[in-house]
Amino acid sequence: MRLDVVADKVYAGERLTFDDAMALSASNDLPRLAHLAQHVRFRLHPERVVTFIASRNINYTNACWVQCKFCAFYRLPRDEQAYTLSNQEILAKVEELVACGGYDILIQGGLNPKLRIDYFESLFREIKARFPTVHIHGLSVAEVLYVAKISKLSERETLIRLRAAGMATIPGAGGEILVDEVREAIAPYKDRTDEWLGLMRTAHELGMRSTATMMYGSVETQEHRIEHLIRVRELQDETGGFTAFAAWSFQPDGTALQPKRRSTGYEHLRMMAITRLMLDNVPNLQASWVTQGPKIAQISLDYGVNDFGQTMMEENVVSAAGTAFSLTPGEMSRLIRSAGYVPKLRNTYYDIVGDPDSLQPSRPVEPGRGVSDSTTWDADMRRRLNASQSDSNAQQEA
Amino acid sequence: MTDRSVPIRDMRLDAIRAKVLEGTRLSFDDGMLLYETDDLAGVGALANVVRERKNGNRAYWVRNQHINYTNVCNKFCKFCSFYAKPNGPQAYTMDMDTVRARVLDHIDHPITEIHIVGGIHPRLPFDYYLDLLRTVREARPAVHIKAFTMIELQQIQIVAGKPMKDVLVELVEAGLGSIPGGGVEVLSDRLHAELFDRKLDGVEWLETARTAHELGIRSNATMLYGHVERPEERVEHMVRLRELQDDTGGFLTFIPLSFHPENTELAHLPSPTGFDDLRNIAVGRLMLDNFDHVKSFWIMNTPAVTQVALWYGADDVDGTIHEYEITLDPESGKKQVLSRGQLLDMIREAGRDPVERDTLYNIVAED
Repeated sequence: MRLDVVADKVYAGERLTFDDAMALSASNDLPRLAHLAQHVRFRLHPERVVTFIASRNINYTNACWVQCKFCAFYRLPRDEQAYTLSNQEILAKVEELVACGGYDILIQGGLNPKLRIDYFESLFREIKARFPTVHIHGLSVAEVLYVAKISKLSERETLIRLRAAGMATIPGAGGEILVDEVREAIAPYKDRTDEWLGLMRTAHELGMRSTATMMYGSVETQEHRIEHLIRVRELQDETGGFTAFAAWSFQPDGTALQPKRRSTGYEHLRMMAITRLMLDNVPNLQASWVTQGPKIAQISLDYGVNDFGQTMMEENVVSAAGTAFSLTPGEMSRLIRSAGYVPKLRNTYYDIVGDPDSLQPSRPVEPGRGVSDSTTWDADMRRRLNASQSDSNAQQEA
Repeated sequence: MTDRSVPIRDMRLDAIRAKVLEGTRLSFDDGMLLYETDDLAGVGALANVVRERKNGNRAYWVRNQHINYTNVCNKFCKFCSFYAKPNGPQAYTMDMDTVRARVLDHIDHPITEIHIVGGIHPRLPFDYYLDLLRTVREARPAVHIKAFTMIELQQIQIVAGKPMKDVLVELVEAGLGSIPGGGVEVLSDRLHAELFDRKLDGVEWLETARTAHELGIRSNATMLYGHVERPEERVEHMVRLRELQDDTGGFLTFIPLSFHPENTELAHLPSPTGFDDLRNIAVGRLMLDNFDHVKSFWIMNTPAVTQVALWYGADDVDGTIHEYEITLDPESGKKQVLSRGQLLDMIREAGRDPVERDTLYNIVAED
């Protein structure tokens, strides 16, 4: 049987091919896929530890001219619902995060024609001046490419200037599916596969780490998804710059794309297992509780996932498309423990920096838009987190 | 080399794997190990062996309607959000016109089963229950009526003032076809005292089931998990069900029920996790070797987990479920329902063959 041949390769530690991934895709045997994915997961991470990061999402603008068909978040720049947060508003959000002990911001937004590099330089400098230990994980590939274009700078120059202003790592958002025919169908005005990979390559060459993502379940085929994984794997062979991979299913509400069927939790588990087996050179695989909910996200820990992502405090993009699961750090820890793993806090480089047992919810989750969440922990913990993060920064600089 | 057919990571499961492959009965200690191990995928793989041995690649579903005839109840179980106190503002009891209208509301759906359960209303006479069955049967003669948990049967017996056997015979004459599996919760004296002390105890529940089975009335058995029960109590529950099943063979399906703490006296407890849901199904499948079927009740477990559970021991997903009022959709507060198309898609995507069954697992259609 074809699957047995693939299984032998997995147990022997051999790299899987496109055809191997198609053979895995033909199997419905969930416990078997889980077993294979766990073989790789425990080879990379022998301990039963699952990490997450105390981090906040900040979406500085929703103004965007790109009109991706899968997106319910954007507003055209002249729309009356278009917004751009002031530096003051953004700093207030960072302050909230820091007040409850957070140390990382994921800052992303639309492609807003009014925001050139000086906007971002001044924003990042202000954030770092007021909160020197906060890690800026931000501006996705599409944003960096666009800032370069409207600021008439090379990609490399743009990255160097943004980094000098305080942007430390690049989120993998916007990877969607790295196959041009799919990108043309769902996001005709956005960067193409080689542009996305090219920017990531430049960033990695400059010593900036990044994640990679996949959004599946729109118009692509299983073959496209596997090609996506192989493109990421090839670049990782070259640069080693990807820290982690995350995959989430397309959420269609309020978007211009309405697929015939919605992706399921069952499909997500299989996708996670195949991803873990194919991406043998990307160390970490993230859960997607925002799209899958706590039950399937927890079960995915048996399908190759070793990281529970971030405590978001707010989530505006996926929730605009109708899905808004929310989890507190305490609930994340409980789910991890109940699956037989030990929860640990990490930084953006996936160094373990603390124990979430010392996190305490400081106020109840408030009803309303997106995820509301906040945490506190003791000063000692904060010191350790900061120390560990400076170390990572130092290593990056080296 | 790893055994290809049934992969496990935790080698402590090796002896259980041998027993499962031979078809040997698992012990209480085996059940404890199945709850203790971190290797849920291994437990699932073992459960899948039994699942496929008994039911092949089939996944059963049913077109059904629920009627919850009253929410008045004098049992005040701590895990329940459904009951209303007698004369409370939200209390209701359906009269026969309402019952008939509910049945006729769905007369255009090709429903094969009507599932009738309610609270323990202290003032309803024996005739109410007989009328309820007759009304449903008159409105829809071809439908199978699965009605009254063992708890309700005990109440009916009290108001009827007759032996249980005679009560059951009269109920069958009025239209009763089989008995659902609810109300047993967990067969444990400790939990009975702590959570549902006004309700009949485990011995009485089992004796009522035995009486029904001896009259040829089939029933289901449930297990409510994720509150304050311990693993040893779950295993004990399964062993006691298995013993009665050895005697009578009357149980059709084992149905683990995922506790929903919202709006109950146990609201401070966290909800069961996806791991809990899959594990209780898988352990149930492995321990209850004399039950033909294990159901993942999608209303309690979510459709997403139910689809996955088809590979962790479950061979049944329940059904379309019109008019279920006991646990509402936590997001919308509305009744939940799945269409035939949604059920078929869910089963087929998981690589199983959907089979529409009636209550007694006669095949209605293989799609």
